[in-house]
Amino acid sequence: MVVVEVRGVSKHFGDVRAVDHVDIATTEGEFLVLLGPSGCGKTTLLRMIAGIETATSGDILIGGKIVNDLPPRARKIAMVFQSYALYPHMTVYRNIAFPLKSQGFPKEEIPGKVQWAASTFGIEKLLHRKPRELSGGERQRVALARAVVREPSVFLLDEPLSNLDAKLRTSARDELQQFQRRIGTTTIYVTHDQVEAMGLGDRIVVMSGGKVRQVGSPQDVYNEPADTFVAGFLGSPPMNLVEREDYIAGFRPEKFLPVSAYDTSEPLVKLWLKLHRMEHLGVNRLLYGTLRDTFPNEKVIVSVPSTVDLHIAAGETYEFAVKEKDIKFFDRSTGLRIEPRRFWEKR
Amino acid sequence: MTRNGQEPSPVNDRAAHTHRLVDSEKWLGLVMISPALLYIVALIGVPLVLAVLYSLSDITTGDPNYHIVGLRNFRNVIQNHVFQRAVWNTFVFTIISMTLVLVLSKILALVLMKDFRGKWLARFLIMLPWTAPIALGTIGWLWMLDSVFSPIDWVFRSLGLLGTPDALLGPNPNLYWLGVPTLAMTSVILVHVWRMLPLATVIVLGGLSSIPQDLLEAAEIDGAGFWRRTFQIVIPLVLPIMTIATLFGIVFTFTDMTVVYVLTRGGPVQTTQVLSTWTFFKGIEGGDLAQGAAISLFLFPVMAAVAILMLRLARRTEVA
Repeated sequence: MVVVEVRGVSKHFGDVRAVDHVDIATTEGEFLVLLGPSGCGKTTLLRMIAGIETATSGDILIGGKIVNDLPPRARKIAMVFQSYALYPHMTVYRNIAFPLKSQGFPKEEIPGKVQWAASTFGIEKLLHRKPRELSGGERQRVALARAVVREPSVFLLDEPLSNLDAKLRTSARDELQQFQRRIGTTTIYVTHDQVEAMGLGDRIVVMSGGKVRQVGSPQDVYNEPADTFVAGFLGSPPMNLVEREDYIAGFRPEKFLPVSAYDTSEPLVKLWLKLHRMEHLGVNRLLYGTLRDTFPNEKVIVSVPSTVDLHIAAGETYEFAVKEKDIKFFDRSTGLRIEPRRFWEKR
Repeated sequence: MTRNGQEPSPVNDRAAHTHRLVDSEKWLGLVMISPALLYIVALIGVPLVLAVLYSLSDITTGDPNYHIVGLRNFRNVIQNHVFQRAVWNTFVFTIISMTLVLVLSKILALVLMKDFRGKWLARFLIMLPWTAPIALGTIGWLWMLDSVFSPIDWVFRSLGLLGTPDALLGPNPNLYWLGVPTLAMTSVILVHVWRMLPLATVIVLGGLSSIPQDLLEAAEIDGAGFWRRTFQIVIPLVLPIMTIATLFGIVFTFTDMTVVYVLTRGGPVQTTQVLSTWTFFKGIEGGDLAQGAAISLFLFPVMAAVAILMLRLARRTEVA
């Protein structure tokens, strides 16, 4: 199994720094997710690893070797594009066989390999069809089969699920992960969908403005965000960020509950909340309100699971609480995480 | 009786009738296609019928009396060695110039797909021949290929390639582009290529830029080199556009008379005569309308074959 490493890589398009001095390294067989909003540089970074974009500076290593000057085909990678990029004039069979033929595979071994790749994704019956005769989900499987067939040392996936409908996306996500675990090939996966990232990744690289903001396990980036960007990007609704003179305090909407909901000896921080509006979403309820006292007029969102009984009404003020350890602190000017401030004791 | 049991008023009835007419696909379709139909009948159908009728007669520009003479004109035309030469020349002219146009336009389009300094200037210069009227452009070439004052010859002479006893291109001070049979045909073909190239390049360029970039990148990652990408991805994908454009080009070249007429008038000694110019010289300048019509009808089978091919291709892409 092969490790991909990116060392101080930048990519400038004119004055725009699409990727700005990025350092990341996968572990063997890892499923690494690059997560960020549109234009954060994640796809550009993936394309540089693939070799279809050249880095302005820095080194890209695959299996310990610098591959900066190698063309894509010499990098032993496979890539699945967001559009799937199936060759429209070729049948599914010829699509899957194309990389084998291109790389000069012995002719007599090709049919067997194609069959194997097709059966891996359950598309044996589609081999004689053209891409335009396939559904979105089938096209995605063909694209994956075409990527797998040459047994690459690294998989690069560029938002492969974004063209599927919501229901299909969930099952495709599951299949994709099972498949990756089974073959154990190092995989780099680009997405802007945090649910996909949290669900699939062994580790997540959160990017913004061409820079890496945080690298960590899904739990790490969710529970211990490195800065206000990560805190605000992950989670739906995102972390509540409330400002004071010299710092920003953050807490997750689902960790800020009515005081009555707690039955714990853990230290709590209690805050008064004036409730404006309530949304019933089935699984949970979202409460929109403003804080009093410590953070006057800061807007916050609260997410209360449907399992917690609530007897509250809009327009009233209630006492809510968050566990001390669930409050994260950020520097006001840099947005970076800082040591906890015990503001509640100064009250 | 209408559905609610009342007698329809006459006004409503008339309005409904107009509506039915406008809504009826059968009538509306007929109304809309009729201008095109009229145009085709008047400018293509009538002349075609006339040509067939003339070719079977002894009509001339001086004597419009019409007598059927059967296939005599065709026999005379076929036995004429100028006609035989013209048929041969027409095919040579069409095949060589279309091949050159296809290859060159593909190369030019590939170059123009790349980003480089002064790309817009290159595009502008390549499009330039298309903006000039054909006859004017060809007259420009007539000067360029002049037997005495040709600037091309002048360049060769000043490079020492022409006009000295041991020069590569001969000891004469000029090449006499339009006076030597092979050079005259070469000139005619090259000028025609010069004129066709801009449009062909733009069509290929359009075809190339319609290929999603993803596909080419996927092919590159799949390990395909330049030639495999070109022949297995790019060309198959632009093939429908290229085929239609080529067929149009064939029709255009096969029936073209401007370049030959302006440059050589079929000379020297009929070596660049093509069917269209021979038709014109025989039928209009020579006044023998009947023979002119017979010659022009020899264009018909080739044109018909190309047209059928085009329609079938268009149909296939429609179904796909």
